[in-house]
Amino acid sequence: MADTNQVNQMQIANVENYPRGLRWVILVGVLLLYLGILGLKESGSLNPYHIQILCLICINIVLVVSLNLINGFTGQFSLGHAGFMAVGAYVSAFLTRNVINQLTFSGAEWLVTLEKAGLFLLVILAGALVAAFLGVLVGLPTLRLRGDYLAIATLGLGEIIRILLINLDVVGGARGYAVPKLTNFSWAFWLMVIAVLLMVNFINSTHGRACISVREDEIAAEAMGINTTRYKVMAFTLGAFFAGLSGALFAHLFVYISPQIFGFLRSIDILVMVVLGGLGSITGSITAAIFITVVMEMLRQLVELRVIIFAVILILVMLVRPQGLLGNREITDLFRRKQRGDPDEPAQHQKAV
Amino acid sequence: MSLLSIKKLSKSFGGLIAVNNLSLDIQPGELVGLIGPNGAGKTTVFNILTGVYPPSSGEIWFQEHSLVGLKPYQITQKGIARTFQNIRLFDNLTVLDNVRIALHSHSAYRVTSSFIRSASFKKGENSMRRKAMEILKIFKLDDKYDEIARNLPYGEQRRLEISRALAAQPRLLLLDEPAAGMNPQETQELMELIRWVRNAFSLTVLLIEHDMSLVMGVCERIYVLDYGMLIAQGSPQEIKSHPRVIEAYLGEEVATVAEDQQH
Repeated sequence: MADTNQVNQMQIANVENYPRGLRWVILVGVLLLYLGILGLKESGSLNPYHIQILCLICINIVLVVSLNLINGFTGQFSLGHAGFMAVGAYVSAFLTRNVINQLTFSGAEWLVTLEKAGLFLLVILAGALVAAFLGVLVGLPTLRLRGDYLAIATLGLGEIIRILLINLDVVGGARGYAVPKLTNFSWAFWLMVIAVLLMVNFINSTHGRACISVREDEIAAEAMGINTTRYKVMAFTLGAFFAGLSGALFAHLFVYISPQIFGFLRSIDILVMVVLGGLGSITGSITAAIFITVVMEMLRQLVELRVIIFAVILILVMLVRPQGLLGNREITDLFRRKQRGDPDEPAQHQKAV
Repeated sequence: MSLLSIKKLSKSFGGLIAVNNLSLDIQPGELVGLIGPNGAGKTTVFNILTGVYPPSSGEIWFQEHSLVGLKPYQITQKGIARTFQNIRLFDNLTVLDNVRIALHSHSAYRVTSSFIRSASFKKGENSMRRKAMEILKIFKLDDKYDEIARNLPYGEQRRLEISRALAAQPRLLLLDEPAAGMNPQETQELMELIRWVRNAFSLTVLLIEHDMSLVMGVCERIYVLDYGMLIAQGSPQEIKSHPRVIEAYLGEEVATVAEDQQH
């Protein structure tokens, strides 16, 4: 019988199969991308409209990845994402108008800029936290439901939030609400990077694996000591937090928000991007968010027709690749040393034991 | 002091009494079998023990704690782990992840550490990885750690399920038909493995087996269920010649013949 104490240390270190420093390479790539876009903006190759689209892409990426956390990784079918987005948007917009805009700043110009930036960050976080709080509040009772029932409950939640906002005169009701423009490309880009990084870190931890185990087999997960309710609520709350965050960015980007913007159709849009990219793939979510945002903009001239084209694209994807463009693969898989699938060939380090 | 003690446990589904007034005691370190014909209520007993169903009446004591009313994950955290009759692996995950998920409730780091990949995250992940590989090595699955569980051959899936249960670090291991679908040689190996694991991890094992001859080889004590009722208990030798067991398995007539032959 095998000796338990002799598991090769080499083998443990190599167990994830990723080359060292891959994360840093990716982060440097992200930095270069940012600098490249800034450079193009300065040189005039990208006009404000392009920048607006790029901001929207960043916001959509956060939305899609956060919904993937709930739907793709934890396997809980939520249709209320636009509701959380609305909460983040309205809370942050309200705070900006009633707190930041009431303050008078004095002192050096750089200090004022810094203070304003800090306050804006706080406002965004406030929006995200309120959305997350609502996530806990709603998640605790509804996540006991499964499948279709959960979908309907979360759909109802989104509608309740929308109707509530229509009837809230403090934030403009159905007329909508004007918001100062505070989101620029840097805000959208870096908050997106941080949000995605945090969610990737979460997924690749033991807590993330606990969420994935809920999706895979709830009964087995419970039997392995996983508090499934806790992890469902955790994923739901995290998803709501980042939806709130992107809602806050969204409000301060488009300067005007109204309850209609955060209707059922927006939840569906986000869901479509998740499914298109692949349930359980962060890379897929990012790709789909970029792809669909760009396609929707390109088809803008076609007005109504774009919805039809969009639907056709969706049907085609579902026919050809029902698991989504990327399934549950990640871009980092490309860098893994392949070991799967050839049982005849013993792994090299195996012999070293 | 017994490790697990079930007192007058009953469970009915509507009019069907699946488990009827069952009492049993398991001492630490024992390897106990629970056998009975199809539909005798063996798996129901497991499901009640692990909190999947609440009992209709009766008590369950594990290390002086009552298990009645606890959720499955709480019972697992108290030290009871199980395998399933029809394998329930996390099919789309790797072998390693299957085991690491079972290690989760013993992991040392918090959610906040995982966001920022702090030192405690790295330490925790490394130790989980090491423990998981150690367990996989025992079950000769370490060279397949990166394989998707679904792609493993049947026998290896069974072994993976046991290693996953062991990763939950139980005091009591419940095995639900671990040898189902295995050929005689695989079964033989598995039984030896179970016996070895029991000694190496100083575990207590309660196993359900449908097939009597297999249990006879490995179990030190056997409980026999039929129609939810305990009809016999004792050593394999006693069980083998127990008339009510023969009756339950082979029918009344055979039992009478067997009894006649003994006289």
